[in-house]
Amino acid sequence: MIYSLCLLLILVGLYGVVASRQTVKIVISLVILQHGVHLLLLLIGYREGGNPPIVDPGTVLSTFAGGAVDPLPQALVLTSIVIGLGVLALMVALCVRLYERYGTFDITEIRRLRG
Amino acid sequence: MNIEVQTLIPLFVALPLAVALLIQLLAHGRPVIAEWLANTAMLALVLMTCFTIGRTGLYHLGGWPTPIGIDMRLDELATLLLLAVNLVGFAVALYSVDYMRRFSARGHFYSLFLLMVTGMNGVILAGDLFNLYVFLEVAAVASYSLVAFGCAHEELEASFKYIVLGTLSSALILIGVAIVYGITGTLNMAHMAGCIAETGMDAPLLLAFGLFICGFSFKAALVPFHAWLPDAHPSAPAPVSAMLSGVLIKAIGIYVLARLAFNVFGVGAGELSLLRWLGVASMVAGGLLAAGQNDIKRLFAYSSISQVGFMILGLGLGTPLGLVGGLYHLVNHAMFKSLLFLNAGAVEYATGTRSLKELGGLNRALPVTGATSLVGSMSIAGVPPFNGFWSKLIIVLACVEAGFYGFAAVAVAVSVVTLAYQLKVQRMAFFASPPASFPRALNRLRAEPRLMSLSMILLALGCIALSFAVLSGLRHPWLIGSAQEALSSGVFGG
Amino acid sequence: MSMIVRTVTRWLKGPILLFGIYIVLYGHITPGGGFGGGVIIACAFILITLATGEQNGQGVFSKAVASKLDSLGLLIFLAVGWLGTWLASGYFFENLAQTPEQARFTLFSAGSMPLMNMALGLKVASALFLVFTVLTALHITSARLANRDEPGDDRADEKEEGSP
Repeated sequence: MIYSLCLLLILVGLYGVVASRQTVKIVISLVILQHGVHLLLLLIGYREGGNPPIVDPGTVLSTFAGGAVDPLPQALVLTSIVIGLGVLALMVALCVRLYERYGTFDITEIRRLRG
Repeated sequence: MNIEVQTLIPLFVALPLAVALLIQLLAHGRPVIAEWLANTAMLALVLMTCFTIGRTGLYHLGGWPTPIGIDMRLDELATLLLLAVNLVGFAVALYSVDYMRRFSARGHFYSLFLLMVTGMNGVILAGDLFNLYVFLEVAAVASYSLVAFGCAHEELEASFKYIVLGTLSSALILIGVAIVYGITGTLNMAHMAGCIAETGMDAPLLLAFGLFICGFSFKAALVPFHAWLPDAHPSAPAPVSAMLSGVLIKAIGIYVLARLAFNVFGVGAGELSLLRWLGVASMVAGGLLAAGQNDIKRLFAYSSISQVGFMILGLGLGTPLGLVGGLYHLVNHAMFKSLLFLNAGAVEYATGTRSLKELGGLNRALPVTGATSLVGSMSIAGVPPFNGFWSKLIIVLACVEAGFYGFAAVAVAVSVVTLAYQLKVQRMAFFASPPASFPRALNRLRAEPRLMSLSMILLALGCIALSFAVLSGLRHPWLIGSAQEALSSGVFGG
Repeated sequence: MSMIVRTVTRWLKGPILLFGIYIVLYGHITPGGGFGGGVIIACAFILITLATGEQNGQGVFSKAVASKLDSLGLLIFLAVGWLGTWLASGYFFENLAQTPEQARFTLFSAGSMPLMNMALGLKVASALFLVFTVLTALHITSARLANRDEPGDDRADEKEEGSP
């Protein structure tokens, strides 16, 4: 059921990318899209009633793997968040530079390339 | 020298990354150091690639065994792609020493260039699906910045369009990775291939494969997903266009599609027919749209879409001859398309314009550019005995052999269209007498600087050398035959 | 910024920095590690810049220093990884030392992992701070807007590489 929340976030992000007229809104919609994808990736690793995947000095390793939530998707999402951060920084810098050149944030007016 | 190929495998990724960081540390305000470091690094990569020809290896990062750890896999297909990427990268690095002189912040350019090469090498060598995704992102982010490098109007607009579509496609790929991980429980491509072979391609895996096709078709610029390429490739500075069109769309687009389709998922005829139709659509749309262009680089960009269609058609046939055709065309296209983009850059460097209506008679003023662009144009148009002819012939023969007579006819027709627009470029830019507004400037044109000429001659020699690859047999060209065997050997044995 | 913000920043910048360093250093025992700890360290410097102004912030941690530390951090990461090919059985990123039984879950354990965490923390902190500084330093003044019809005027590209 909670997977539908992921789908909702992804669709909202997609709608924002397609329907926005401002570059900054497109950037924000892409961030929402990425949040939805990260949530999906995290949920794949979930286990009902599972423990956090942290090993304490007193843990018995043989039962630990059977009871803990899968830590691999968490590492994947961490990496993906950092990648998304880099791309976000680049997109915002592009929006600022576009504003310097074209004087607007409106993508319908940033249309020198056609054909 | 007694170096094992095992120790070289991680260096393909670590060397350009380390040199990119060294450039950031050492070369602030002194671009000459950056130029030397970048060119030395690319030359070292080319030498390392030549050393790996004929050798294979499997490298476990950190020493962890296969299902647990991250692998890097070097087989014959990876060697072929590494040759293409690093050779073209070296030629482009030589070229950009002179071309980028009029830009400031050249240290950043070389760092970003080496980061793009890091990403591409990482994608080619990755044995782990998420590692492939991370290196894909490294290469893609470096390319977004490089397209916008000059910060002129069109470069920024093209880069913004490219980055939005690229991020969207990366999100699709990540959803595909999530689904595959959820079903097979592993990210290691060899282990995953084994799991998929046991369970078969049921609906969720088909969905994941469909998402991968959508995502990687964006990166490879196949036709419904090509909208960013005609803006990004012309607007970028010429060396960047050469790298993007020559190797990036292939290393992170077509190579990954081929790996996933044949070695990991083990697809059957149904999924391959989708690839064939995408290929045909790209061939036709790219060819027809290219014929009407007047801007040299935009024409070459649409031509790239068309040639990528040829490659995907060849790969989508699934037969050994089709795979040979697709892979041979991939390597050929890397050589001659980057050569053509470097030529367009030399034309722009000398005359300041890219519009065919304003150019003419450049064969006298730019002899090296004229000669090498003739070689490149004849190659891409499929004129015997150049390399483009052989790869297109193999693809057409493979279509006929597999029974797709319609596709073969379309391929031949698109080849004729390719010949037409390449001849148009040659005639209008190089051979014909210049229009009235031009002749006074013709005498004042500078000939190309030495390093630009050297890199263009290098790529032209590469084109000619590749046409000799068929000497070892039409079904089994040198290097490409063994790459095809690696691809069609079924799912990874581990 | 107002007197309250400046005073609280002056008190809090130390503990925030210390907390970030703690998360980086204990990254092999508790959750966090290089990425999360680096973000917190960067936040400390961003807080100083926001509260006391750009000149003060650059005086504490300037753009040039951040750029150098950025590259240096990742070079140290690669160097520690490459040492694995010499000191251990010859694989990149191999752990350099096997921890004895009684030293587990303490600070000085787990071989090369704390070293890599520290290098990553350094890189992420300086990269994030650099991103923040560059994006807020690109003032869109009317002088720049007046030049917007001439391409090629301002080709210097102030861009740092995204973290892989």
